[in-house]
Amino acid sequence: MSITVAQLKKGQRGIIKDFSEDTLPIKLLEMGCLPGNVVELIQIAPLKDPIYINVNGSHIAIRKSTANLIEVDLIE
Amino acid sequence: MSKNINVALIGNPNTGKTSVFNQLTGLKQKVGNYPGITVEKKEGICKLPRGVKAHIIDLPGTYSLNTTSLDESVVVELLLNKNDKDFPDVAVVVTDVENLKRNLLLFTQIKDLKIPAILVINMADRMTRKGITLNIPLLEEKLNTKIALVSTRKGVGINTLKELIADYKNLSIKPNIDTTSIAPDYFNKLRSAFPKEDVYKLWLVITQDVNFMPIEKKRIKDATFSIKSNTELKKLQHKETVLRYQFINNILKETYTVDLTVAKGFRATLDKILTHKVWGYVIFFLILLVIFQAIYEWSSYPMDFIDESFAQMSEWTKASLPPGAFTNLLAEGIIAGIGGVVIFIPQIAFLFLFISLLEESGYMSRVVFLMDKLMRPFGLSGKSVVPLISGTACAIPAVMATRTIENWKERLITILVTPFTTCSARLPVYLIIIALVIPEGKFLGLSYQALTLMLLYLLGFGMSIFSAMVLHKILQIKSRTFFVIEMPNYKLPLFKNVAYTVWEKTKSFVYGAGKIILAISIILWVLGSYGISDNFKNAEEIVKNRIKTVGYSEFNQEHIKNEIAIYTGELYTNYPTVSGAVIKDSITMRSNALKLKAENEEIASFKLEHSFIGYAGKTIEPIVKPLGYDWKIGIAVITSFAAREVFVGTLATIYSVGNDEEETIKNRMAAEINPWNNKPLFNLASGVSLLLFYAFAMQCMSTLAVVKRETNSWKWPAAQLVFMSGFAYIVALIAYQILK
Repeated sequence: MSITVAQLKKGQRGIIKDFSEDTLPIKLLEMGCLPGNVVELIQIAPLKDPIYINVNGSHIAIRKSTANLIEVDLIE
Repeated sequence: MSKNINVALIGNPNTGKTSVFNQLTGLKQKVGNYPGITVEKKEGICKLPRGVKAHIIDLPGTYSLNTTSLDESVVVELLLNKNDKDFPDVAVVVTDVENLKRNLLLFTQIKDLKIPAILVINMADRMTRKGITLNIPLLEEKLNTKIALVSTRKGVGINTLKELIADYKNLSIKPNIDTTSIAPDYFNKLRSAFPKEDVYKLWLVITQDVNFMPIEKKRIKDATFSIKSNTELKKLQHKETVLRYQFINNILKETYTVDLTVAKGFRATLDKILTHKVWGYVIFFLILLVIFQAIYEWSSYPMDFIDESFAQMSEWTKASLPPGAFTNLLAEGIIAGIGGVVIFIPQIAFLFLFISLLEESGYMSRVVFLMDKLMRPFGLSGKSVVPLISGTACAIPAVMATRTIENWKERLITILVTPFTTCSARLPVYLIIIALVIPEGKFLGLSYQALTLMLLYLLGFGMSIFSAMVLHKILQIKSRTFFVIEMPNYKLPLFKNVAYTVWEKTKSFVYGAGKIILAISIILWVLGSYGISDNFKNAEEIVKNRIKTVGYSEFNQEHIKNEIAIYTGELYTNYPTVSGAVIKDSITMRSNALKLKAENEEIASFKLEHSFIGYAGKTIEPIVKPLGYDWKIGIAVITSFAAREVFVGTLATIYSVGNDEEETIKNRMAAEINPWNNKPLFNLASGVSLLLFYAFAMQCMSTLAVVKRETNSWKWPAAQLVFMSGFAYIVALIAYQILK
């Protein structure tokens, strides 16, 4: 099933699919946000935004608007 | 033979790069700025084996050579400029063993610039706990480099690193990755257009928004723009990143293993608590309470001590040097001015102690995470929380702390609204005015005075949030709004790092802001001590005559009478057996001393009234009169533009009472009569008007200077000055007119 990182639930993981390359900031790519890598949602901030993810070993927080740009295949 | 080499320390944030720097250089370091910008430049000297001396630069932390901030540009600019005097002979790339994969991205970029590079793998002490094993020799071979496995926490591996640096000539400068493979045609064209240049360098010059040799950059841009558009370039950059990760993944597959059953635990548990929807905020709030307590309570002890010491020093100077203009300048201008700077050291040190503890431990990122959504409706970011909190100590470091905010609009708004938060310089003004005009008494067990003080803090914070909201609506700045923040692992802060930070920040405050405060204190002293009118020149005579004909001022008459009454009472109770004549003599002596003091004070006051600054005050009186202030308060308001806390000192000089006798200043102010209506000058109306004026007005030149530096334009500090002070004037005016 294909969803975006913003739709992951706490503890769920997904594999990053190809994304439209020019919308995503390069900094995210550098942090390991690359197609084929695993993203895990660790924590959602109390007010539902931002979200705290582990992608490819990098622990980062991003806003939902950015997370919406990253499509993943959910790992059941 | 001694030889100097340049070493650049490069690495991602949170890799312990600064710890490595501290271990290498010890106290032999200095912190300055890169020319023209406020990015901090840390340099140090390190003695290496075989008589080699290394000049080490700790470059700002960066995730890659693709820059997104001023701090990061500094790194790229240095690495691209072979002619820079700091251009490194060898680059030491610091990485964290737990984030090696991501950290290596930067390493491969540096390698590709053909700069000799050593790889430092830091936090090696965590390997067993995290179940990590590394094949160092194989990794060295694959990356074509030398590796130092270091633990700054345990002090392990630093000597190996020093050996490697001294041996830098044996390092391979073979690039890791052939970037040209992402677009062979494009790079071929580049190569033929600029045959003398290295293609990877060219590529960086083209893609990075840095000030690298503007003319050349323009030439390259013009020559290449026709080949690739910006969007296409961005796609290529993405491709490059993917390529680098492929290379890194392949290497780490063979050299790096993690036993996942060992890891986990601590971080997850702490994260659960610290970012919890209730406990997260409760803990943050408690930490804030401790910080406030430290800044206001604990630091009051050293501050009192400093205050007293400088007062004594000033008196001692006056007593031991021959009287004259120079002695006065020294005692009243310079020593008092230095005292005015030094007194802030305890608060600034405490503030940076806490900020550095919170940052080193990794907690600050969690605060940003918790607060981001709350701040966003106001055009601020979670990262604005740190500056706004720091602003309660001093707006200067707070404005500098906004650098971590990537989004320019959010950063600008944070800079513009931070000076509204109640900084420590406002506190002395608030305290004395509250004591004067707010009645004692309690409401629900809380004193009115304490409540007023709290209200003023809330007012400052509320005003910064409110104006942020307004600015958010008004400012039409398009900037890419993305927000990425690393959530580093929790660490026990290293004492050495914290101590260095506190030391450095305090030092830069003393030398930076201190210089301005000192200069202005001296100027004010001169303006207040000299005048050209006849009244000023003949002040002594005039006042002595006045005392002879009409007597001392009402306040002084009252004051002398009271003092004598107390003194007489004391004499009779303490020496009941002494004869009446002796007592009478003592009283006369005491009375003469008091009279002499009163006379001197009145002369000083008269002089000030007719000094340059006195005339300035009289000139602006019409402007401040509607707010309920007379010319004396007007002067205090003007001098406050040097630093707000000067207010109390200025009034002390004007009312000619010693600076150290706080009770007397208060009594003197309470006795001051408004010449227009014969009511006390400091009443509820004028007091509230003053409090509001100080809450809102932009009265700090040092802050304006820092804002100019950080925004690189006079436009924003000018806007702050006009808007904040104008607003303060209007609010104070309304308050006075309603309450009077």
